[in-house]
Amino acid sequence: MTGEVAVLGAGMHPWGKWGRSFVEYGVAAARAALADAGIDWRDVGSVVGADTVRGGYPGHVAGATFAKALGWQGARVTSVYAACASGAQAVNTARAQILSGLADVVLVVGADAAPKGFFRPAGGDRPDDPDWLRFRVLGATNPTYFGLYARRRMAVHGDTPEDFAQVKVKNAASGALNPNARYRKRVTAEEVAASAVVADPLRLLDICATSDGGAALVLSSMEFARRHGVAEPVRIRAVSTVTPRYPSTVLDLPDIATDSAVAVEPAAETFRASIALAAYEEAGIGPEDLSLAEVYDLSTALELQWYEDLGLCGEGDGAKLLREGATAPGGRIPVNTSGGLASFGEAVPAQAIAQVCELTWQLRERAGDRQVAGARVGITANQGLFGHGSAVIAVR
Amino acid sequence: MTRARTPVVDGWFTGDGDDFRLLGTRCAACASVFFPREDGHCRNPGCPGGDLEEVPLSPRGRIWSYTDSRYRPPSPYVTNPELPWEPYALIAVELAAERIVVLGQAVPGITVADLTVGMEVEVVPGVLHEDAETAWTTWHWRPTGGGA
Ligand SMILES: [Zn+2]
Repeated sequence: MTGEVAVLGAGMHPWGKWGRSFVEYGVAAARAALADAGIDWRDVGSVVGADTVRGGYPGHVAGATFAKALGWQGARVTSVYAACASGAQAVNTARAQILSGLADVVLVVGADAAPKGFFRPAGGDRPDDPDWLRFRVLGATNPTYFGLYARRRMAVHGDTPEDFAQVKVKNAASGALNPNARYRKRVTAEEVAASAVVADPLRLLDICATSDGGAALVLSSMEFARRHGVAEPVRIRAVSTVTPRYPSTVLDLPDIATDSAVAVEPAAETFRASIALAAYEEAGIGPEDLSLAEVYDLSTALELQWYEDLGLCGEGDGAKLLREGATAPGGRIPVNTSGGLASFGEAVPAQAIAQVCELTWQLRERAGDRQVAGARVGITANQGLFGHGSAVIAVR
Repeated sequence: MTRARTPVVDGWFTGDGDDFRLLGTRCAACASVFFPREDGHCRNPGCPGGDLEEVPLSPRGRIWSYTDSRYRPPSPYVTNPELPWEPYALIAVELAAERIVVLGQAVPGITVADLTVGMEVEVVPGVLHEDAETAWTTWHWRPTGGGA
C-alpha cells in the first residue's frame, strides 16, 4: 500500500482550436484548479508541468513557464515529458513529493496548442529515431496504426465498422453535455459512415482530432486536506507508470516491428493490460469495483480494446459490452463520460490530467448531466509513445 | 540516365529479385532476433549479452493486419505535392520462424480490397521514391497467391 493523496482542486481550459499560446490555457486551468481547491497560489510548495513538445524541445520547459505566468513565488519546480502519458507522470511526480514529505500542496499543469493536421516528428535527418523512420520509410501516420488495430479486431473478434461507429455515437452524446469539450454535437452512426476513410477501416469520425486545451490539479497530503477542512476528499490511490516487458508483441506506435518472441515467451498479458493490472494491484481493487473509466480513445476501435485491457470484459468481448450498453451512461461501467478524445481531441500533455479532472468531478458527484449515480471508484488509462504506461485510480 | 539505387536505410535489407531479404540481427547467446537490426546490445533482459550477428529474415509470412493511407503523409515522407495523392496499403506481417511482426508497404497496385488477415505474402524489393540522381529502395510485401 503506497498511501493516498488528496485531490483538492481540478480545473480546465476548454478544449478547442483557440489559436493562442499553451501558457494561456495552462494558467487558466491552474487558476481554476486553485480556486476550486480554495488554495492561494503562494501556498503551493511545488509545481509540476507536463511538457508540450514542438520543434524538438519542451515548449518553454513547461513547469517554470507556468510558475512564472502565475507569478514567481519560489515553489519547487519539475517538468516531465512522456508523450500522451505526460500527465500521469506529472501526477505521479506530485504524489511522490507529497508522500515523501517534500511538499504539502502540489500544482500539476498540462497544456497544449496543437499543430494542424497529422502529428509529425521534428525536422532534420534522424535515422536513429524510430519515430522519424516510420514516417520516412513507411509514411506511417498515427491513424495507420489505429487502422491496423481496428482491422485486426474485425478479423479476430468479429467487430464491425458499425460497432466502431457506436463508440463515437456514445462519446459524442456525453461530450454534448460537457462544457469543456471541443465537440458538443451529437453524432449519428450515419454521419460516421458518411465521413471519409482516413486509414482503412477507420473514418474521419472514428479518429480523434488534435486540440488546444489545458488541465490542472491541486494535490495535497491527506493531513493537509483535513487541516484545510476537507474531511472526505477525492483521493488518488494508485498511479501506474509501467513500461512493457520483453518481448512486447503488440505492434505499437512508432515501431516498425514488434519484438521477436523466438527466444523468450511473452508475458501472459499485453503491455496495455499490464498498465491496468499494476494500477489495480497498487490500489488493492479489481475491475469489478469500478464505477467508471476514462480511456484513451485515440480511435473508436481502440476504446473497445481498452475495455478488454482494463478487464471490464473478456478478450474479444469489447464490442459485445458496448452493444449491451454497459459502457454507456446508466450502464454497469460507463466509459468516457467526459466524451473522451472523440469529443475533446488530443491536447497531449493535458489529456491524462483532464481524465483525472473528470474522475474528480464524478466522484464528488458534481458532474451535472454526465453524473454517474453513486460513483465511488474510477480509473483512467492511456499509453504514451515509446512505452509509457499511464493509469490513475481515484476513490471517494 | 540510370539513377543510382540507394537503400532508404542502410543495412535493413539485401539482394535483388529472388534473393531479396530483410536483414536483422541475432544474439549469439540467447538467439533473440531483432528487426530493425540491433547492433549495440541484446535487449532480452534475461540475457548476459552475446555478439549480434546479421541474419536474413524469413522471406514469407502471413498478414497480421493491414490498412492504408488515404491522405498524404507529412514529411519526412517524400511525395511530389504537384501530383495527386495515390493511397498505398500498409501490411503488418507475422514471420512464423522469428515470431515477429514487421510492417511494410504493399507493392504498388495492391489495395486493401485485395488483402485479408492470414493471407501469405512475401518480401520483394521496391522503390520508395525517386529524385534526379537516386532511386531510394525499400522493401514491399506482395501476396503470393497462396491464400489465407
Ligand atoms: Zn541475448
